Amino acid sequence: MEKAIEVKSLKKSFRDTEVLKGVDFEVEKGSILALLGSNGAGKTTVVNILSTLLAPDGGSASVCGFDVITQPEKVRENISLTGQFAAVDGILTGRENLIFIAKLRGIKNFAQTAEDMLKRFGLSDAANKRVGNYSGGMVRRLDIAMSLVGSPAVIFLDEPTTGLDPEGRLEVWKTVKDLANSGVTILLTTQYLEEAEQLADRIAILHSGNIIANGTLEELQKLFPPAKVEYIEKQPTLEDIFLSIIGKKEEK
Amino acid sequence: MKNTTGVLFGRLMKHILRSPDTIITVALMPIAMMLMFVYVFGGAVKLSLAGNVNYVNYQLPGILLMAVASGIAYTAMRLFMDSQQGLFARFHSMPIKRSSVLWSHVLTSLISNMLTIVIIFIIALVMGFRSSAGILAWLAVSGILVLFTLALTWVAVIPGITGKTMEGATGFSYPLIFLPFLSSAFVPTETMPKVIRVFAENQPVTSIVDSIRSLLNSEPVGNDIFIALAWCAGIIIIAYIFAMRAYKRRI
Ligand SMILES: Nc1ncnc2c1ncn2[C@@H]1O[C@H](COP(=O)(O)OP(=O)(O)OP(=O)(O)O)[C@@H](O)[C@H]1O
Ligand SMILES: [Mg+2]
Repeated sequence: MEKAIEVKSLKKSFRDTEVLKGVDFEVEKGSILALLGSNGAGKTTVVNILSTLLAPDGGSASVCGFDVITQPEKVRENISLTGQFAAVDGILTGRENLIFIAKLRGIKNFAQTAEDMLKRFGLSDAANKRVGNYSGGMVRRLDIAMSLVGSPAVIFLDEPTTGLDPEGRLEVWKTVKDLANSGVTILLTTQYLEEAEQLADRIAILHSGNIIANGTLEELQKLFPPAKVEYIEKQPTLEDIFLSIIGKKEEK
Repeated sequence: MKNTTGVLFGRLMKHILRSPDTIITVALMPIAMMLMFVYVFGGAVKLSLAGNVNYVNYQLPGILLMAVASGIAYTAMRLFMDSQQGLFARFHSMPIKRSSVLWSHVLTSLISNMLTIVIIFIIALVMGFRSSAGILAWLAVSGILVLFTLALTWVAVIPGITGKTMEGATGFSYPLIFLPFLSSAFVPTETMPKVIRVFAENQPVTSIVDSIRSLLNSEPVGNDIFIALAWCAGIIIIAYIFAMRAYKRRI
């Protein structure tokens, strides 16, 4: 399988804190990888390096075959970033935000592009309202819609559901699932195990600067001792796996 | 790599047109000052000026500089908002020229300050401002005002990018607003105590104010204009270097 993202022994420190200690992972073209980690694990740092906002201290990273350090322009042509905090213009309307991004990307029929996105993300009714008045879920959907303008091959979603109420989270999940069917490659970061279970083809767990586990949900479940037979048989949830792996690491 | 300054500029102009208060509020304070100087202090100040001086003309250049000094606080504010809202990150991960993000803010600052200046000129006209200047002198005045605005704009870019809070990003403009008071803008420097006078006569506002005043009154400008231009150019170059450095680090 062709790789859309390749990360090899990636290192990054901020002053004395070593945030990434040699991170390795790959994402197959057209698949979704969830990068799972708790607060401060370094998820945003990985995403920022891959989207050319931050230079790594060591190791290498490439997106669609282009090196993030030596060919950042090429990388930017192939990606889009939906950052941890929605990057929308609150003074413009939803439609204007989309038209603005379409123009920035040099899309000729920007009006039609914006219209299509509004429809696809269920924002047609609110299209002419200022984004400052949108709900959290609407802002996030617009934020993702803006990232999809220009049909990038690789999409980074940094904690797309953090701060959303359950309804907003479901909306975003649906959006991501629809995206997955359209053939784009997605790297998604999350603190929620359930989210990773729901959306991802593969899950990589980032902990203390390393990837401590990487596989499909089934593979990760195998890492865990076989299901205990009590009165009822209970499959281990991802949460159990996560806690067990971290527990083992910390014992060492 | 596309140069997208135009598209980015269009977005910022929408901000200004949607909150015209940014232009009106900026114009209000200097206009209030102008009313105060002309109708309250003007009578007293005139006693220390030559008999035929039109005081509206006399104080107008200082008022214009004050307007620019308060206007650029909004430039810093817009930059701060963009970086806070994550828009910089979005732009910088897109295939567009990174410097065009900054230039669009600089251009917006220039246009909005020029609008404020036009408003103040109109009010001054109503209050009795008259100029005998020809087209060349007016062009020179516009040029100086553009350069001064650019200089303060690049100064404003620095806290706009590096500021951690809104107050931190915009607070720098307060001392700048008061600079015209310690200059030849409203009263002749001869009436000031020695220390203040030395400062007043050697700070940029005095040479800029004197040049604009002479140009508008069709009087010889002498060396003032060169000192004024040197100040503007110097500030632009130094602030630009530091702003670019801060911007690169921000990315
Ligand atoms: N610019 C920076 N300067 C200094 N330290 C930083 C910087 N950016 C991140 N860090 C530190 O690096 C660590 C990892 O940060 P990062 O934002 O990548 O984590 P994260 O996994 O995205 O966390 P969260 O879930 O809170 O978003 C944190 O301890 C953070 O304090
Ligand atoms: Mg983060």
